[in-house]
Amino acid sequence: MLEISQLKVFHGVIEAVHGIDVSVSEGQCVSLLGPNGAGKTSTLSAITGTAKSTGSIRLLGEDMTRLSIEERCRKGIAISPEGRRIFSNLTVRDNMLMGGAMRRDRAALLSEIGEWFERFPILGERAGQMAGTLSGGEQQMLAIARALLSRPRILLLDEPSLGLAPQIVAKIFEIIRELKSRGITILLVEQNAAAAIGVSDKVYILNNGRISRQGAAAEFGDGSDLMDELTGVHS
Amino acid sequence: MDYFIQQSLNALSFGAEYALIALGLAIVFSIMGLVNFAHGEVIAFGGYSMVIMGTLLTNNPFVLMVGVVAACVFASVALERVAFRTVRGADLTTGLLTAFGVSIILQNLFLLFGSPRPIAATQFIFLDRTIAIGSIRVSSLQIYETVTTLLAILALMFFLRRTTLGMAMRAAALDFEMVRLCGVRANRVIAGAFAISGLLAGLACIFIMARRGSVQPHMGFDPVLVAFVACVIGGFGSLPGAVLGGFLLGITEVAVLILLPQSAGGLAHAVVFALVALVLIWRPDGILSPAREKGDKI
Ligand SMILES: Nc1ncnc2c1ncn2[C@@H]1O[C@H](COP(=O)(O)OP(=O)(O)OP(=O)(O)O)[C@@H](O)[C@H]1O
Ligand SMILES: [Mg+2]
Repeated sequence: MLEISQLKVFHGVIEAVHGIDVSVSEGQCVSLLGPNGAGKTSTLSAITGTAKSTGSIRLLGEDMTRLSIEERCRKGIAISPEGRRIFSNLTVRDNMLMGGAMRRDRAALLSEIGEWFERFPILGERAGQMAGTLSGGEQQMLAIARALLSRPRILLLDEPSLGLAPQIVAKIFEIIRELKSRGITILLVEQNAAAAIGVSDKVYILNNGRISRQGAAAEFGDGSDLMDELTGVHS
Repeated sequence: MDYFIQQSLNALSFGAEYALIALGLAIVFSIMGLVNFAHGEVIAFGGYSMVIMGTLLTNNPFVLMVGVVAACVFASVALERVAFRTVRGADLTTGLLTAFGVSIILQNLFLLFGSPRPIAATQFIFLDRTIAIGSIRVSSLQIYETVTTLLAILALMFFLRRTTLGMAMRAAALDFEMVRLCGVRANRVIAGAFAISGLLAGLACIFIMARRGSVQPHMGFDPVLVAFVACVIGGFGSLPGAVLGGFLLGITEVAVLILLPQSAGGLAHAVVFALVALVLIWRPDGILSPAREKGDKI
């Protein structure tokens, strides 16, 4: 469903990703792992249209590269971005409404927001509070909910477990597993290799802007043999 | 006592006019980082439109009021399309210079097709009458101006808090790219900001026309300069800051006029701006700088 080929990503004159191929099939969860600075966020930015890139990005066969950021979202690409980027000056509920801002079925949107509040009662209790007052874990849940409220075809997650306590990390991965079981297609960027491999069908290892290894998740076991590649140390 | 009430109303109505214009500057700045100095020419455009509509269409002041506001909204949105869209995302200086350029071009167009001298347009001066409330004699225009501004602020708050576009505008002030990642069209948010800015300019235009009864190419420039200072005092980009700055300037201006001897009336602006300098020494980013402001914008 998402086909990326020969993707190069640029930040000004810096080329951060040097021609990679990635493909995600319908209903799959695919992980993109790699050390700091490998180009994971850059790859997602190219997909959402927030970074300049060359090569091809196709969603359900349709070329995305010429579309603006907002048109790509309208075609079904949603992201829970690096750093979460919730709107701290809006209430929790208004953040969710922003997630569904482009939808016309207002009644369905409101009932879905209600469902999220049931699933995460802490968000429900704080629906009217400024989102900036939420904890890191709560902000991450909000960012995921906001992304899903646009009813995307594919969900991009950029390090959803970063900086969270172990129980919260477990909860985040539980959510990912649940989303997957609901048939939602996911491209997951993570530092937590073991957990990411655990929820994935396919894994790509990105190093210095190139794919150094790829394969079915089963081939990677628990990810312990990836230590070298993921810390960026080459033996 | 009468004198005190009269002067308070005086200060409020001055402040209201500055606040209306300052809000128009602030809403565009908060979203685009653009200091729109051509805002004054939007006001002047409203004035000239009033002359044309008054000559060709009708003298009914209420129809003309709607026409003036519509003309200002149109001018504001059109300026964004024609001039500011190309410098979107450029740095502050580029935007500022573009806005100055647009402002100068428009003033010269008004000179060319209008006249350097004031053109009379007196349909709104009926708003400015002396009325008696009990024993106190006050200007009706000042009451209209203050009340309209307060209503406009309330309506704006409602819009920003309750509508999707309004929320998107507040969110865009914080992280425009993230708003676009939510599928909201950047052009809509920006056009919305310019439309609101134009609407506020239209209201200001009505009151300026009611006071002056004539249009002139530079009629918008001076009030926008003062409104710019109001924004700086309040904290540039902060909407509550713009309102606060506008009213503070109005109050200070009237206070200075009262306190200074009649013969030193010409110094009023100098004293006001000296006070502004003092405020900025105390708080260089303005009283409610957006950076300092945590949580809600308005
Ligand atoms: N806005 C930018 N301007 C310049 N260089 C950038 C920018 N963003 C990223 N880079 C560079 O591109 C390379 C890849 O960065 P990227 O953020 O994609 O890495 P990442 O894999 O997401 O790393 P991390 O795990 O630390 O988030 C890095 O060398 C980084 O310095
Ligand atoms: Mg990253």
